[in-house]
Amino acid sequence: MTRAGAALHDMGVAELGRALAVGQFSSLELTQHLLARVAAFEHLGAFLACDPAVSLSAAREADARRARGEATPLCGVPIAHKDIFVTRELPSTAGSKMLRDYASPFDAGVVERLSAAGMVTLGKLNCDEFAMGSANENSAYGPVKNPWDLQRVPGGSSGGSAAAVAARLVPAATGTDTGGSIRQPASFSGVTGIKPTYGVCSRYGMIAFASSLDQAGPLARTAEDCALLLSTMSGFDARDSTSAERAPQDFHAQMLMRREGTTGERPLHGLRIGLPREFFPQALAADVEGVVHAALVEMEKLGATLVDVSLPRTELSIPVYYIIAPAEASSNLSRFDGVKFGHRAAQYTDLQSMYQRTRAEGFGAEVKRRIMIGTYVLSHGYYDAYYLQAQKLRRMIADDFQACFKACDLIAGPVAPTVAWKIGAQDDDPVKAYLADIFTLPASLAGLPGMSLPAGLGDADMPVGLQLIGNYFDEGRLLQAAHAFQQATDHHLRAPTAALSA
Amino acid sequence: MNAPALIRGFEVVIGLETHAQLSTRSKIFSGASTQFGAAPNTQACAVDLGLPGTLPVLNRGAVERAIRFGLAVGAKIAPLSIFARKNYFYPDLPKGYQISQYEIPVVQGGHLDIRIGELNKRVNLTRAHLEEDAGKSLHEDYAGQTGIDLNRAGTPLLEIVTEPDMRSSAEAVEYAKALHALVVWLGVCDGNMQEGSFRCDANVSVRRPGEALGTRREVKNLNSFRFLQQAIDAEVQWQIDRIEDGLQVAQATVLFDPDSGETRAMRSKEDAHDYRYFPDPDLPPLVIVPEWVERVRKEMPELPAAMAQRFQNEDGLAAADAGLMTQSLAFARYYEVLRDACGQPKQAANWLMGEVSRRLNAEARDIAASPVAAPVLAALILRIADGTVSNNGARQVFDVLWSGSAESVDALIEAKGLKQMSDSAALEAIVDDVIAANAKSVDEYRAGKEKAFNALVGQVMKSSKGKANPAQASELIKRKLS
Amino acid sequence: MSLTPEDVNRIALLARLELSSTEQAAMLRQLNGFFGIVERMSAIDTRGVEPLFTPLSAVHAAALRLRDDEVSETDQRALNQRSAPVVEDGLFLVPKVVE
Repeated sequence: MTRAGAALHDMGVAELGRALAVGQFSSLELTQHLLARVAAFEHLGAFLACDPAVSLSAAREADARRARGEATPLCGVPIAHKDIFVTRELPSTAGSKMLRDYASPFDAGVVERLSAAGMVTLGKLNCDEFAMGSANENSAYGPVKNPWDLQRVPGGSSGGSAAAVAARLVPAATGTDTGGSIRQPASFSGVTGIKPTYGVCSRYGMIAFASSLDQAGPLARTAEDCALLLSTMSGFDARDSTSAERAPQDFHAQMLMRREGTTGERPLHGLRIGLPREFFPQALAADVEGVVHAALVEMEKLGATLVDVSLPRTELSIPVYYIIAPAEASSNLSRFDGVKFGHRAAQYTDLQSMYQRTRAEGFGAEVKRRIMIGTYVLSHGYYDAYYLQAQKLRRMIADDFQACFKACDLIAGPVAPTVAWKIGAQDDDPVKAYLADIFTLPASLAGLPGMSLPAGLGDADMPVGLQLIGNYFDEGRLLQAAHAFQQATDHHLRAPTAALSA
Repeated sequence: MNAPALIRGFEVVIGLETHAQLSTRSKIFSGASTQFGAAPNTQACAVDLGLPGTLPVLNRGAVERAIRFGLAVGAKIAPLSIFARKNYFYPDLPKGYQISQYEIPVVQGGHLDIRIGELNKRVNLTRAHLEEDAGKSLHEDYAGQTGIDLNRAGTPLLEIVTEPDMRSSAEAVEYAKALHALVVWLGVCDGNMQEGSFRCDANVSVRRPGEALGTRREVKNLNSFRFLQQAIDAEVQWQIDRIEDGLQVAQATVLFDPDSGETRAMRSKEDAHDYRYFPDPDLPPLVIVPEWVERVRKEMPELPAAMAQRFQNEDGLAAADAGLMTQSLAFARYYEVLRDACGQPKQAANWLMGEVSRRLNAEARDIAASPVAAPVLAALILRIADGTVSNNGARQVFDVLWSGSAESVDALIEAKGLKQMSDSAALEAIVDDVIAANAKSVDEYRAGKEKAFNALVGQVMKSSKGKANPAQASELIKRKLS
Repeated sequence: MSLTPEDVNRIALLARLELSSTEQAAMLRQLNGFFGIVERMSAIDTRGVEPLFTPLSAVHAAALRLRDDEVSETDQRALNQRSAPVVEDGLFLVPKVVE
């Protein structure tokens, strides 16, 4: 590969936007280069669908648009979409056999917005089946490998998104986060990802897992890239009754806004960062704790003050989440019955056996488990004890956060208790994987914005992410802190070159 | 209320659940059309089909109609109500769940007063809630398979549930008819039962007087008043047979077969259902502010009962007649225009109940489609009043008008020569001739024979070719012979 | 409290999932493992707490947004049925339905 080529795929979204603006290269050249790279790294298992013809024509259109002087900052910049977002031009599978080759008649709201801004869709990205998982080992189309160590998982459920960005196959990707599915893979794969406040991004065209928790967000190299992407992805959508009705936001401007009384060296002066003691338990791996603490010290250097806070129901968020999410999922996935779309069993004797066989064949083990859990907790006689009780605890968890935000502006902690584990390590014990979601679930249940940014390397030189959680609709402040941190550090610039060239 | 009639010594207890399709243009959660009769699945959009990624957005028009109905039956309009998912698998249910209202419905309580012969009866309503309709299974054979048409999926329904207040199939039918008239009057439902816009489920149980409620069975999808009556009667006989044979009545959902006249349990409902209701996370709570309720109240048409009362008080109509004038909103509107134009309420009502209704019924037409507009009929009634035309003549004119004539009432009276003679000089001449030419009758009249007088009047009518006003003629003869 | 094989069968039927006997056994073990971590949740006193069914109402009450009653959709049957398993005369075909 030529140095110019190397430079191409090492550039981030903002950088590429500027280069395209001054005509350093065309979107067509850029897209061709990345398509070649996607093909070269097929063994990562990050992409499920890629149609060069579609991508190249979008790139030509972007170049033409730029020539007409109608370019946006993102025009001509490639992006790939988690296969949870439906798309007209590429199949939409949700990582499930149930939707093999499913052709959606429409584009997801988020995809619409990014395409309308001139971004070039490079393909669809692998993910856990229906976004259920935290290692991307639950995809019907095979696991995704972590670019930092091909023996390890990239995290999940947006594993393909994180791996593709980490491996420099694409500068940005969309993801979805229900219980940590953007933040955790971002942490495991050493990229930056943000899950905005519930309602900021349209859920229209996102194949539903748990409707009251699902949120879309970007994964990219830097907080600045995420800010640019989120500004374009987000916004009110009348087709989603849970979409927040508010004016379009310029998160990039909010990110750059200078804080009261700050200086160049202390851009975070006056920012109070809360550390929930429950986020630093015994079970937290020493290497992760070390990296997170070092990052917090860096935040202090930048002017932030660290305060102790408490989220007393952090552990409870595991059962609460694993009651609510499967309950909603069991209902959301009832539409996959072999009648209107998707897989239908070849052998059946009557309607009931058609349903039962179709769903037995179409869904993977983890999806079946969650459908069973969800069906059970909603079934007659159990609703109050499980589902209702969980929703009440969810309120208490949300209230705990509001109590914290009286004492601090942002909350910080680890994203996951360990670095990425080896593929297959947690095979027969789903509950073990559930427990590892402990630090991402609370913000999801409350619907708060959260992000993960590279904070350094832990054991086996695997990436460790720092999680930042903000109050409702406070993405601007979240990005501001993350950007200040990345201006002062270079963790986010590290690329897994060794593993990839190996 | 006097004690309900017993059947074979049993008291019948009936509660009704009615599904009224709301008269919105678009569906309850999507922008697809609700038009009846389109080609299969051409009106089932991505949302109606539950395609991956689609989401529901509630139709304001459906809520507006629910509020209007609630106000009409004196119910509470819930300031906050919740949409829930009712989960079950069925091919005509695209998402595997129906979006409905469960714990907190939009309309709570209320009542409907009905008339059973001479008796008034109040049927209390439990609730009325908004939900989406399902599609249709077409059982015509597709090589042993069933065809699914989802055009109807997502059509807004208002499910109106009564307390178990009815004690006979007759009461149930009266309630259903009154409810049907009301929803059509309010314009919330087109009431087309053939197209399934108004369907009833009947919860039926029997008990010996004084005993606790018996186990009920639900007879589903009764889309005509006749079937409603037949189904309940058949079900009641079946249940009494069971009990008299010493057998249990098990709770069940049954269908009525009009051909056999029997009810049979539904196979598809056999496995005890567990609907796993829970609040739909795609739809935040439905909030209805008092201002909205008031706006709807202001736009409400006057209700039939109130209007009938007004016709009795202000127009002096008999209760029964006032009831007929308010049989439908269109009928009442026609009556009011007619009454105002002719200024004679009783005459107006008589014409509507007589000539007009007779023809409408004969041609199975709605008053809205009457070929004779109210102002035209009013003009005719005025001509009877001022003696220009006799009642017989008026009927002949009406015939012509009904057959579509665009001629004015007066022109038709002229053309058909139905104008009564008003020129007294001409009449006097005729009377003089008749008296001169009928000396015999004159003598008999003077001798006190009434028949003779009638003969003279008859002669006058004859030689005036019926145009003389009989009263006027008699008057003149009497004067001349006195 | 732990689930029985009968519970697993009942739930699988409700969920329309055909489970092989080995799948059933594994499912029973895994579900009971899961409900082990759920139990601690049941102990907590939540009397008087409003459930939080949607995060939109976490800070202040959320209200449903309504759509005007207008027809916005046109016939897209061909497009919508592209991924349908079996279609004839525009109808989705399924094994005979017995009412």
